[in-house]
Amino acid sequence: MTAAQAPAAHVTVSVNGEPRRIDAGLTLDQLVSTLSPAPSGIAAALNEAVVPRGQWPETRLGEGDRIEVLTAVQGG
Amino acid sequence: MADDPLTIGDTTFTSRLIMGTGGTPSLDIMERALLASGTELTTVAMRRLDPTVAGSVLSLLEKHGIRVLPNTAGCYTAGEAVLTARLAREALGTDWVKLEVIADERTLLPDPVELLDAAETLVDDGFTVLPYTNDDPVLARKLEDAGCAAIMPLGSPIGSGLGIRNPHNFQLITERAGVPVVLDAGAGTASDVALAMELGCAAVMLASAVTRAQEPVLMAEGMRHAVEAGRLAFRAGRIPRRYFAEASSPTAGLAHLDPERPAF
Repeated sequence: MTAAQAPAAHVTVSVNGEPRRIDAGLTLDQLVSTLSPAPSGIAAALNEAVVPRGQWPETRLGEGDRIEVLTAVQGG
Repeated sequence: MADDPLTIGDTTFTSRLIMGTGGTPSLDIMERALLASGTELTTVAMRRLDPTVAGSVLSLLEKHGIRVLPNTAGCYTAGEAVLTARLAREALGTDWVKLEVIADERTLLPDPVELLDAAETLVDDGFTVLPYTNDDPVLARKLEDAGCAAIMPLGSPIGSGLGIRNPHNFQLITERAGVPVVLDAGAGTASDVALAMELGCAAVMLASAVTRAQEPVLMAEGMRHAVEAGRLAFRAGRIPRRYFAEASSPTAGLAHLDPERPAF
């Protein structure tokens, strides 16, 4: 039995392979907005699953989450 | 050409040249090369967002009304490729994907088992799947049976410029296929492209042959003409190969001249 702990103020997640400390409870759309001013042409995966853009605002990030934010580049 | 359109899935194209954008020295040269090629369908790769990169291949394609075809380049497993395709669909709003699942870095050859697995999953998921595949007629048929919208066999390894190493296999694939067959990878110069079309390919996909040419814009224009020339030759039907000559001038009506007494 442990006493209820106060929620952590920060959590560590992985963003495109780089560890990053973020405010606990930060949402995916808030995180993406720190990477790109406009979300057009961008997709995000959370722990190897696509998160449709419409769900970004309600997707809260937690300790250890792996986020990949991709866009189109020259190739092929 | 307008009187001989290419149809992939539910979409019709006038151009039979699909371009890649990798390896271009600059966005400006890429733009001019794409325009010179006449392409209406061009691939992009999906990579981690880099906030420091300025200029976007996407806005350039959009500006010229060129349809974007995301690829899954760099994926080694069906799982990675399926996730990448789904991310591309989310990012770009297209359910078209050029499916690449490669086996190793040295050859960049497709992994046929993973490829077919990914193709089946993506077709079930509603994608229009264009798989980069080996020049294997059996695998080509299986990919078509799985519901792929086109078959994209390699002429030779990506970026090698070795042309079509097994023209016979290409012919076996194109004769049998019920969907467009697209030469993908290996083209080095215009004659490779013309040969692909003469063998019955419906289109050609290339990148390095143009982007790494000494004059990419000039080569792009050459490739456009090569696709058209090869296609016309295919439709026209080439003459059979013969062991001996066959005179093209009539043999009847020849004057009877004394070969011993030339007049000059």
